[in-house]
Amino acid sequence: MIKINNLFKRYKEQPLFNGLSLDITKGSIVAIIGPSGSGKSTLLRCINGLVAFQGGYISINGYVLHGFNEQSYNKADVEITVKNIRKKVGMVFQQFNLFPHMTVICNITEAPIHVLGISKAEAESDADSLLRKVYLEEKAYRYPDQLSGGEQQRVAIARAMAMKPEIILFDEPTSSLDPEMIDEVLSVIKELTHEGITIVIATHEMGFAKDISTEVVFLEKGKIVEHGSPKEVFCNPQSERTKTFLSRFVKIQ
Amino acid sequence: MKYKVFLIGIILLLQMFILLIPASFKNALAYQDTLEKIKNTGVLTWGFDAEGGAPYVFQDPKNPSKLIGFEVELVYAIARELGVKVQHFQNSWDSILLSLQRGDFDIALNGIEITPDRKQSVLFTRPYYVYTEQIVIRAFENRINSLDDLHGKKVGTLYNTVAKRMLDEMGDVNVSTYSGQVEPFKDLLLSRIDAVFVDFPIASYYAASNPQLRFIGQPVGEGYYGIAVRQEDNALAEKLNKIIEKLARDGELKEIYKRWGLWGSLQEKLFLHEGLLQRYAEMPPSISDRVPITITTFLPTLLKGALVTIGISILSMMLAVALGLFLTITRLYGNKWLQKISTAYIEIYRGTPLLIQLYILYYGLPNIGITLSAFAAAILGLGMNYAAYEAEIYRAGIEAIPKGQTEAAQSLGMSRRLTLKRIILPQALRVAIPPMTNDFIALFKDSSLVSVIAMVELTKSYSILAAASMNFFQLGIITALLYFGMSYPLSLYARRLEKKLRHNDQNK
Ligand SMILES: Nc1ncnc2c1ncn2[C@@H]1O[C@H](COP(=O)(O)OP(=O)(O)OP(=O)(O)O)[C@@H](O)[C@H]1O
Ligand SMILES: [Mg+2]
Repeated sequence: MIKINNLFKRYKEQPLFNGLSLDITKGSIVAIIGPSGSGKSTLLRCINGLVAFQGGYISINGYVLHGFNEQSYNKADVEITVKNIRKKVGMVFQQFNLFPHMTVICNITEAPIHVLGISKAEAESDADSLLRKVYLEEKAYRYPDQLSGGEQQRVAIARAMAMKPEIILFDEPTSSLDPEMIDEVLSVIKELTHEGITIVIATHEMGFAKDISTEVVFLEKGKIVEHGSPKEVFCNPQSERTKTFLSRFVKIQ
Repeated sequence: MKYKVFLIGIILLLQMFILLIPASFKNALAYQDTLEKIKNTGVLTWGFDAEGGAPYVFQDPKNPSKLIGFEVELVYAIARELGVKVQHFQNSWDSILLSLQRGDFDIALNGIEITPDRKQSVLFTRPYYVYTEQIVIRAFENRINSLDDLHGKKVGTLYNTVAKRMLDEMGDVNVSTYSGQVEPFKDLLLSRIDAVFVDFPIASYYAASNPQLRFIGQPVGEGYYGIAVRQEDNALAEKLNKIIEKLARDGELKEIYKRWGLWGSLQEKLFLHEGLLQRYAEMPPSISDRVPITITTFLPTLLKGALVTIGISILSMMLAVALGLFLTITRLYGNKWLQKISTAYIEIYRGTPLLIQLYILYYGLPNIGITLSAFAAAILGLGMNYAAYEAEIYRAGIEAIPKGQTEAAQSLGMSRRLTLKRIILPQALRVAIPPMTNDFIALFKDSSLVSVIAMVELTKSYSILAAASMNFFQLGIITALLYFGMSYPLSLYARRLEKKLRHNDQNK
């Protein structure tokens, strides 16, 4: 479903990925863990074309994004490819990024109406059922600044779901939430795992990662240090780095 | 409540202002007798307006630092007779008598017609020139043969002149008033107006040699130019009278006028027969006395001017808002060339005076074949200038939107165009509304600048009325209050909006 092959990425002169490869199969739930600055966000952004990369390629359902230093890179194609990829790939951000000038329901229906060309009535009835799924049907006509952080993040999830994506990328969805709101968001994400959507989630919630994921990737300094089932990575890590990193969380659990 | 406090403040300020006036007035008039002063200092200070133009006083085209004209030669002849030097004092013609009264110079000599109302505020010498009014039309014009044919036509003339007053008294003439002498003839050639009606010397200088223009009709409205001095300067006036008489008698005046093509039977009548000189000086001019300016006559004029001001402001702001948006978008999202062009546009328009831009639009563009009406030039000029400022406001607004907004929109598959239209601009415009309102207030006041291109809006209405009535003070206060009454509500509105937006931000 997602094939990342020999990815090279550097910011200015600062190298991050030096030939990173990763395959994600359909329906899998991949947790990406690792210390701050290890490249989790960058990796997710490369997947949906928010960040361009120098070398290698990323293939999603047959749509291929090439690094812009590759010979096969073609600027005209990239726009179309990115457009197609974004129709399949949704994203939820750490900072929610709801549109502050629109009500909750308009936030959700905006892209279905204007990108997919769905009728307003249909988009709204879809939005209604999505809002029920994230337990916010009461708040449809509120503005984002009238919601709590947890509520805003649940709206953001509904907004991404409204595009009926095959893949959803979560970039630390609970990191800017107050502790008492984290669970309500995590439980909504957990429910999504039953819908057959492929999920890639960068997170610091180790318990949650262990609980819901089918695969765990431990990233450090742009390298995949460990990749396996949650059991393998959490209970029997191979590398020293993973052990030290995880040991910090074990105490908390 | 706040409004009341404000008004009381204004009234107190005005009262202080009024109390201060007499004091400063006396200071300016330190010398009791101006003739004495001229003799003691050896300097005759002469007030004129070189912008008024040829053939009176104007810059020598071959040597712009030098002034030439028949009045320059006359003043130098007078100074020679007085045995003193001439000091120049450039003063706007509209306020030349006011400056004379204030004591800025000793004499005002610049085609000033002797009229009864002017006689009430200054003292005139005997006439030094007999003028008539002349109709000038395009060479192939055949609808106009006399003064009567000007009814219903668009006629150009100069501010605060007898010619203007004659046209006004005809009632249904569509009068365009100018402050420079060149402009009416330019507009006549461009068919913006049908005829020009001005004092003969002006017509003679600008139109007589132009094959595209011709004179029509009998000379009408005979009147006299005199030298104006302050009311109390009887001695100076006496002395000047003697000098004019001498210059007339020994033929020097005739020489000067001949050189400028101004000598004719009329001047002959005035200067060559003994005794006549005195009689003409006492005769009232042929123009009927004007109605005095009272609140019933000036208020409608000012209100009409205010309406024009409002219309110009609104239309040019609409242009500025739309063009500004276009500039911002091309600057931020256009290709390299569009970006460069918009940036250059913004920098050039912000870095040059609006006044120059207006002159170029109205008087400069016809040189390359584009002739705009005054109204169109006013709106384009103001709108294009303010567009540069609006563009900067929008840019600041757009740049204030967090990057996450664009990323969220893009991750939902929205194109750049759609993101801009649906997500970025609506938020940026909300941020931009208070500064835009402030700009609108500024534009509203800047609209007074369009009076330079023959638009009679509020400020111009004021300056015409004030120059005609010499009542700069009260009319000025009333005009200022009109401006204030229109801009203050906008100000309040802008402040309320700002508060509201800040409040919204705090709620987040
Ligand atoms: N726009 C950028 N310009 C330059 N450097 C960047 C940019 N974004 C990220 N980086 C750098 O790339 C590296 C990886 O950043 P990234 O945000 O992908 O890490 P992360 O694993 O998501 O960290 P965190 O857990 O703090 O979110 C960091 O060293 C960061 O400083
Ligand atoms: Mg991150």
